[in-house]
Amino acid sequence: MPVLSEIKQSAVSPKEGATGDCASPSTGATPRSAEGNRRFKALDMTMKRHQFKSDALIEVLHKAQESFGFLDLEVLTHVAHGLKIPLSRVYGVATFYHLFSLKPNGTHTCVVCLGTACHVKGGSKIMSALEAELGTVMGETTADGQISLMAARCLGACGIAPAVVIDGTVTGKQTIESALENIHHLQEVNASLHPPL
Amino acid sequence: MDINDLLEIAQQEREQIKPTVIRCCSAAGCLSSGAGAVKNGLEAAVISAGLDAEVQVSGVGCMRFCGHGPLVEVSPNAILYENVTVEDAPSIIAALQGGISTAKLGDLNHPFFARQLPIVLENSGQIDPERIEAYIAVGGYEQLFHVLSEKQPQDVIEQVTRSGLRGRGGGGYPTGLKWATVAKMPGKQKYVVCNADEGDPGAFMDRSVLESDPHRVLEGMAIAGYAIGANHGFIYVRAEYPLAIKRLQKAIQQSKKYDLIGSGIFGSGFDFKIEIRIGAGAFVCGEETALMQSIQGGRGNPRPRPPYPAESGLWGCPTLINNVETFANIVPIIRQGGDWYAKIGTEKSKGTKVFALTGNVNNAGLIEVPMGTTLREIVEEMGGGVPDGGKVKAVQTGGPSGGCVPAHLLDTPIEYESLQRLGTIMGSGGMIVMDDKTSMVEIAQFYMEFCRGETCGKCVPCRAGTVQLYALLTKIVNRQATSHDIAQLKALCYMVKDMSLCGLGQTAPNPVLSTLQYFEEEYLELLVDKV
Repeated sequence: MPVLSEIKQSAVSPKEGATGDCASPSTGATPRSAEGNRRFKALDMTMKRHQFKSDALIEVLHKAQESFGFLDLEVLTHVAHGLKIPLSRVYGVATFYHLFSLKPNGTHTCVVCLGTACHVKGGSKIMSALEAELGTVMGETTADGQISLMAARCLGACGIAPAVVIDGTVTGKQTIESALENIHHLQEVNASLHPPL
Repeated sequence: MDINDLLEIAQQEREQIKPTVIRCCSAAGCLSSGAGAVKNGLEAAVISAGLDAEVQVSGVGCMRFCGHGPLVEVSPNAILYENVTVEDAPSIIAALQGGISTAKLGDLNHPFFARQLPIVLENSGQIDPERIEAYIAVGGYEQLFHVLSEKQPQDVIEQVTRSGLRGRGGGGYPTGLKWATVAKMPGKQKYVVCNADEGDPGAFMDRSVLESDPHRVLEGMAIAGYAIGANHGFIYVRAEYPLAIKRLQKAIQQSKKYDLIGSGIFGSGFDFKIEIRIGAGAFVCGEETALMQSIQGGRGNPRPRPPYPAESGLWGCPTLINNVETFANIVPIIRQGGDWYAKIGTEKSKGTKVFALTGNVNNAGLIEVPMGTTLREIVEEMGGGVPDGGKVKAVQTGGPSGGCVPAHLLDTPIEYESLQRLGTIMGSGGMIVMDDKTSMVEIAQFYMEFCRGETCGKCVPCRAGTVQLYALLTKIVNRQATSHDIAQLKALCYMVKDMSLCGLGQTAPNPVLSTLQYFEEEYLELLVDKV
């Protein structure tokens, strides 16, 4: 869980090669770019739709995560201002819930369900195999920033256990072999899009 | 919208049904296994066979045999196909006119289906969950009309009380009593909340109801609102259920369009609006006080009770909170009367219960059986036992709050009290079969890891207790523990159980205590100083 001071630090120091603007790390858009503006405007619309009530904080954070990919300090501050609540409270809620991420995910996400039915049918072994294959641990992203490996605590897909979700698509009745095959496929897609120089 | 309009929609819908209906399961499990392509393939095959005047292909909700999907049923012939692929589609259509399909035939007479008594699931797998007209055609919203035009709120509460319905989320609290309590509370503003934060790993009953028959839940909530004097409902649903959310949103939109939810329903003075609130991945938000905190935009921290939500809930107002399955029982209870419902089940556990049967079992899926059905009937007859000739070692019920029932006690009937006597709970309905290769100590460790990850952190016994219990269990699993550690494990379990603020901490030790009770030898076998 990143500490608030870490977020502040990374938000303020500009990325290498960035223009003079103050850039948020890896949102994929600097807040002052057209894309960033559009996302902030969409967030404002969401807050307006909920009449800027502080009760709507979780709904607003969902929208923010969907638009920006993760919740950095700039976004959290914007929400705090919009809903007129302290940043500490927004931060407290953002860090409480598993689905909110304060750091960017990889280009692809691979979520292994570790619910009981999936566990009993080998889900945990699939997770271990994927950790070994990707050289990362559950909850983290590979060093090249391409694949985030995460755990879910039950997707309700127990009838097709064990389940693995790749980029939002649920695949059921997975084995170590089929899960590794899917990961290799992802890696091949990446390699073809970004061939080595 | 008045009752004549409603009945006319029902009539028109029924007249549109073609002689042959091919139902394709479109719940999340089957969709993830390719059911969408199967449905498209069937539609194309119907057209190319020139049969579209006589044959209708419909996407329906959960057909329950989840481990064998995608599922397709042909009626009126009552033929079930399992594991259907898109390549099977043309032969399924060809088989309508004689011949055999390449698709695998299922057996609707198998105990898995034959022993079920669908009340909550009566429309599931039958109607298209994305069309309100399909719900209306099977009597949807008629009970809401009946209640608003002919019954007083206290009559509704009486029927629910007579039914003996108990909270299906796991608490088992008498529903009628809860409704009566909220109804009596003073105050103009009251709320109805549907707890759809089905967080127990291995449970997907509520997900299936929401994906398969969302209007049933809306109608149940509206009837509850009338009974207790509330005009505003919330459905708090997990973010991990995107299809359920989508179908609920559609259902609310459609019911608003027909003025069946909203202002002046059926021209009466009764208003009831329903909003969805999406969770964000916190198991503790299934606990009612934490859930309310979350609806109010806060961290999901529970608080002590009293005051109970019935007295002071959302924004300090009297609030009725019930589980999805509880609300889904309301329409049939109003339709057929509380006394009818009370005839099903056992003396203290009335009605039916939906279970998600999963794990090391041949027939994984959803089953709805009368209370009093034994675990053995469910696991061996309906579930078909353990695959590959394995043996049942234990059946886990109640998720991380529950315990394991060992194989020799499988003749126990499913009832709230009988399961409690065995050291487990009914829970929300997750039922996980474990075979003889399962290490019960590792299962206890698995559940404790879950609780450790989900504790909200507010109270010390749970926050620190789950960490220490997990550390002790890991020490045991790693063969580094002594008998002193076992004694400490037991003592710590009771401390966490007795002193935690909410149900999460209070029940987190249950899997440990249950496995210690029935499988102590497995713990002792791992000790460094074993005898």
